[in-house]
Amino acid sequence: MFLLKRILQGLLSIVGASIVIFVISRLSGDPITMLLPVEAPPALIEQTRRDMGLDRSYFEQYVIFARHAIGGDFGQSYRWQMPALELVMQRLPATIELACAALLFSVMIAVPLGVLSAVRRGSWIDRCGNVFAMLGQAMPGFWVGLLLVYFFAIQLNWLPAFGRGTFKQLIMPAIALGWYPVAAQTRVVRSAMLDVLDRDYIRVARGLGVPENVVIWKYGLRNALVPLITIMGVYFAAMLGGAFVIEVVFAWPGLGRTVVEAVFARDFPVVQAGVLITSILFVTSNLLVDLSYHYLDPRIRHGH
Amino acid sequence: MTDTAIDTATDRTPLLAVEGLKTYLYLRRGVVKAIDGVDLHVHAGESLGIIGESGSGKTMTSLSIMRLLPQPGGRIVAGSIRLNGVDLLQLSERDMAANYRGRQISMISQDPLASLNPVFTIGDQVGAPFRYHGLAKDEADIRRSAIDVLRRLRIPSPERRLDDYPHQFSGGMRQRVVAAMAIACSPRLLIADEPTSALDVTIQAQMLDLLREIQHSAGLGLILITHDLGVAASVCHRIAVMYSGRIVETGDVREIYARPAHPYTQALLQSLPRLGEKKRRLYSIAGQPPSLLDRPRGCAFAARCAHRMPICDESPPPTVQAAPGQSAACWLLKS
Repeated sequence: MFLLKRILQGLLSIVGASIVIFVISRLSGDPITMLLPVEAPPALIEQTRRDMGLDRSYFEQYVIFARHAIGGDFGQSYRWQMPALELVMQRLPATIELACAALLFSVMIAVPLGVLSAVRRGSWIDRCGNVFAMLGQAMPGFWVGLLLVYFFAIQLNWLPAFGRGTFKQLIMPAIALGWYPVAAQTRVVRSAMLDVLDRDYIRVARGLGVPENVVIWKYGLRNALVPLITIMGVYFAAMLGGAFVIEVVFAWPGLGRTVVEAVFARDFPVVQAGVLITSILFVTSNLLVDLSYHYLDPRIRHGH
Repeated sequence: MTDTAIDTATDRTPLLAVEGLKTYLYLRRGVVKAIDGVDLHVHAGESLGIIGESGSGKTMTSLSIMRLLPQPGGRIVAGSIRLNGVDLLQLSERDMAANYRGRQISMISQDPLASLNPVFTIGDQVGAPFRYHGLAKDEADIRRSAIDVLRRLRIPSPERRLDDYPHQFSGGMRQRVVAAMAIACSPRLLIADEPTSALDVTIQAQMLDLLREIQHSAGLGLILITHDLGVAASVCHRIAVMYSGRIVETGDVREIYARPAHPYTQALLQSLPRLGEKKRRLYSIAGQPPSLLDRPRGCAFAARCAHRMPICDESPPPTVQAAPGQSAACWLLKS
């Protein structure tokens, strides 16, 4: 029941997103000017306009667009001469791979850092963790990327500077993309742990002689997971759509770069397909976050 | 001087002997002297009630014994806490966790719902003491032990309820689960900190029966911390009355209720409503306890005391024997 409701809400968001994409791409200019030479005769312009359906009302255009989109047909890419959806799907795995790796990196740093900062509140690890996390937030991703390339690819020659295919090539883009959310995730874990460690049940667990590391990493951390998963979902979605800069720095053949290039070329079909697929991923990741609450918190599971 | 010295009951070593305990909280706004020199003892099979109003140091006493003071800031600055002769304050934290907490000393605290972790099953939590004290061979053994202890506390069909979560239990059942966790490893000393105050009256009575039963059957030492004189009277053999971080009077429960020696105890008993007595207004003690940040030089109760004398403000009163097995810290008894 709950799941059904969330799926319907998700579908509604996707429809909303498709309208926004459609309207915005129409606002950005007339694709005819990009397709035909400036000196094209007015009759040809009219003809092309009619052929492409651009003479109809926006409402009709949207209905046609939506009907085709449901069937997976976003039209031909003007630039790449291939179906837009096929192009997007080709680039999608690279983006998901990068976002997953970046998320994994940020969680691997943020969870231990946040937990230790909470357990040793005010200690050097708390302060250093804070500085480290803030650095990630203060430095733009492309700059971190360039620094990484400079040190680890050019100076030390440990890692390849760009491209995709091997695990080594994944490391630097993942760090560059994943460092930014470390700060926010660390803060969330830290404050959730501070709250949890103050609870009676933690004192009770200690009072039963449960070893301190079990108290913290099992009984404590488990209660801090809901806020962590929430913020992870937000950043995962953001990284799916926002990896463009990192993809450029590392010549990563991902979706973000493809869509941005398509925007500059007014390659509408690719923009529409790319953004709609991204929004579907966005909705799906939110749905997974919601479902994870059920798994993580029995009180939500039983409707309390 | 200390109440151990004038204890007439026996000369055997007590199960728990606390001497000269001082526990301070170092906070940003100053040093709170939460416990400022407490002596008490409990024999095996005996139950001691610690009574006093909130802020008198009852809970800090129990947390000091468990060595689970609020951090950062809580510190035991003086005294000794001996369990069967072993000074707990000299033990390493690891030794304390592995061999004492939950094994030899257990605590039941105020709120049964807050005492249970909401995201773990009852089976996991009741099984924890067996698991971490190495009292079970494997998972099946832990489960069996958990079922046994839940059954001992009369939780209906425990084998089915093991996989339920705390919120699926009623308030009274939760308190039983908390008690089950505490007695799982058959500790020698059980500290119950206001075990009934979050429960409604009928469940309160059941809980007290349960505590009495646990104590009789297991022969353990019990410290019952409460602000409720009636609860203390129904369960305890002896009473220690705390006021402002010190024990002002201690003795046999019947003696104290019949002939309270300290003016604070007298006032406390006077403020109890009694059945069949038609009083228009309930008696209450005028004034407030002193701030623990800035304790008076003399007797902490002096400002509220009906028998205040000049000496009360000058130096702290000595503990003197008021009757056999009963002592109080008051200048009245000295003169």
